[in-house]
Amino acid sequence: MKYMREFREAGATKALAKSLAGAAERLEVVRLMEVCGTHTMSIARFGLRSFFPENVMLTSGPGCPVCVSPHAYIDTAVAYCRRPDTIVTTFGDMVRVPGSSSSLESEQAAGADVRVVLSTIDALRIAEENPEKEVVFLAIGFETTAPTIAAAVLEARDSGLPNFAALCGHKVMPPAMAALASDPEIRIDGYICPPHVSAIIGGDAYRFLADEYGTPCVIAGFEPFDVLQGVLWLLEMIADSKPEVRIQYSRVVSREGNQAALAILYEVFEAKDDEWRGIGPIPGSGLSFRKEFFDFDAERRWPVEVEPTCVPEGCICGEVLKGIASPRDCALFGTACTPESPVGACMVSSEGACAAAFKYEGANR
Amino acid sequence: MIGSGGEKILLAHGSGGKAMHELIESLLLPAFRNPKLEPLGDSARLELGGRELAFTTDSYVVDPLFFPGGDIGRLAVCGTINDLAVCGARPLALSCALILEEGLPMADLEKVVESMRSAADEAGVEIVTGDTKVLPHGKGDRLFVNTAGVGLLPEGRRWLPGTAEPGDVVLINGHVADHGAAVMAERERFALRAEIRSDVAPLNHLIEALLEAVPDVRCLKDPTRGGLASALNEIAAASAVSIVLDEEAIPVRGPVAALCELLGLDPLYFANEGKVLAAVPPRRADEALAALRSHPLGRYAAAIGEAKPFDRVPLSARTLLGSHRVVGMLTGDQLPRIC
Repeated sequence: MKYMREFREAGATKALAKSLAGAAERLEVVRLMEVCGTHTMSIARFGLRSFFPENVMLTSGPGCPVCVSPHAYIDTAVAYCRRPDTIVTTFGDMVRVPGSSSSLESEQAAGADVRVVLSTIDALRIAEENPEKEVVFLAIGFETTAPTIAAAVLEARDSGLPNFAALCGHKVMPPAMAALASDPEIRIDGYICPPHVSAIIGGDAYRFLADEYGTPCVIAGFEPFDVLQGVLWLLEMIADSKPEVRIQYSRVVSREGNQAALAILYEVFEAKDDEWRGIGPIPGSGLSFRKEFFDFDAERRWPVEVEPTCVPEGCICGEVLKGIASPRDCALFGTACTPESPVGACMVSSEGACAAAFKYEGANR
Repeated sequence: MIGSGGEKILLAHGSGGKAMHELIESLLLPAFRNPKLEPLGDSARLELGGRELAFTTDSYVVDPLFFPGGDIGRLAVCGTINDLAVCGARPLALSCALILEEGLPMADLEKVVESMRSAADEAGVEIVTGDTKVLPHGKGDRLFVNTAGVGLLPEGRRWLPGTAEPGDVVLINGHVADHGAAVMAERERFALRAEIRSDVAPLNHLIEALLEAVPDVRCLKDPTRGGLASALNEIAAASAVSIVLDEEAIPVRGPVAALCELLGLDPLYFANEGKVLAAVPPRRADEALAALRSHPLGRYAAAIGEAKPFDRVPLSARTLLGSHRVVGMLTGDQLPRIC
């Protein structure tokens, strides 16, 4: 149980909460953003809001890979579900995300072969075991997962696997944070940066936020102690007007990141402009296959016709993802939109802000 | 409308959570409505010559068929026995219906049948009738098992599961989530260093010992599909109380907790097949705990929470840090997260 209980110890947490209160006294209202969905979940699951001083607000950011995948991506995945002799392999939390008219779960019920995998390597294995089928992997996620998919693609190429391709929906984090930082509608005083993304890209990737926008960043771990310490460090930097990028999660994250993983990632993929659900297009924020790997690009290899996109009315996932609205601001929250019958992606993913609010803080608006 | 899929059955309709309840309430209950079905208990309550009988059935479709700590056969026997036992009944006899897929290795079937016999022996119950059907290859998934059981309520014993009252202490007879975690680890072929074993076991002797020691146990429930969280939500709703769990007191084995952390899943929602929850009046809590702990299946029994007057949410937990969070019903299958 090492690395779990130690970071959930009640005494240490209470001491931190006290320091937080002291630090907050020097400040007006402060708006912080936890970018990563796993932080959102951790904050809700451990009831951490009760430890934050009243003038410190934490909002959720666009760091849930399922939540930021646009409707068109789900609709394309649904089109692959309907394609004959095709197996769609996916990470679990994609299964219930609603597209324009359907979801993977509904397609599965209608007879599609949809299989949840825990790793891209499992998808390769499914392709090997089903040579008569064409296997599409739904490749979503940030810099954390993209290298693993790149590694699988390299393995598929090296072993000559003929029936495997990926529907690439990968996104990269720093351009999205730059977009938030330069949006005048959004005012964030400090970022809790996504820890596992940071393990790959390194702490220095956020330097521009501190240097150009004057916004301090802390890369904090997921445990209660980590989160509270991260918030404390942000408050201190804000009060001292000394914005920096500090690494609290030093047991995992370095300044320079994981160069081996980055090398694999950019061997297979290259940056492109991409669409984020609710936020819109962000320059350089997505990944697409490099020319040499077009054979593994499902959309080039096995083109499908995709239904026209239709976005549900009333859903404010976009504002939630940008941190300008909270789940409870949405008229659909807890009524039309529940984890059982989600309208927006933020309610589906276990890391979505709405799902976290619903599950751990109750359905009442 | 039932669930999110509109007109089609989704996997969520079978996972013991909200979707399944909606299916029962909106389709099955109206179709079959009668006073014996209406309570929707673990067993139906029948009267015969002044005595009370418990009658129940359950089908088993687990993948994989064999997992550490048990198999589909042991599960089918124990599940039905436990459904009778949580009503306070002593199991009398079981049936066994096998639905086999053409091509199932005979050796697998022999193993499952032997395991059913051994679980029935453990419980001291006989399998007295049965049925066998074979489906063509591809029309079934190797082996499905259905069991039904009847039990007799001992004279003078109150029919359970009953309801909890404010002040009652909530007990469990040991570690949660072992079964769900064992099946998932086996199915996904995780290479774990520590083996996670299912807790599947017949609870009739344990429950008998508890009820002998503390006849005024107010409420019993086996937290199977949907886990501890769903079972306690149901108890709270049926009893019009709020249950507050002490998260730190809930026994979870290290490897199970680690697996859940890794996958972003909550052990409170994993199935148990050898666990029973009991709500007992506070003055009897120590005796009840002692009775559970004196049985091999209750060695790690613990008091994990308390029933209070209803206050906004049916179930909540005091976290390790002293803060509170809501613990809802399971909604759909738990899905492993991306990163």
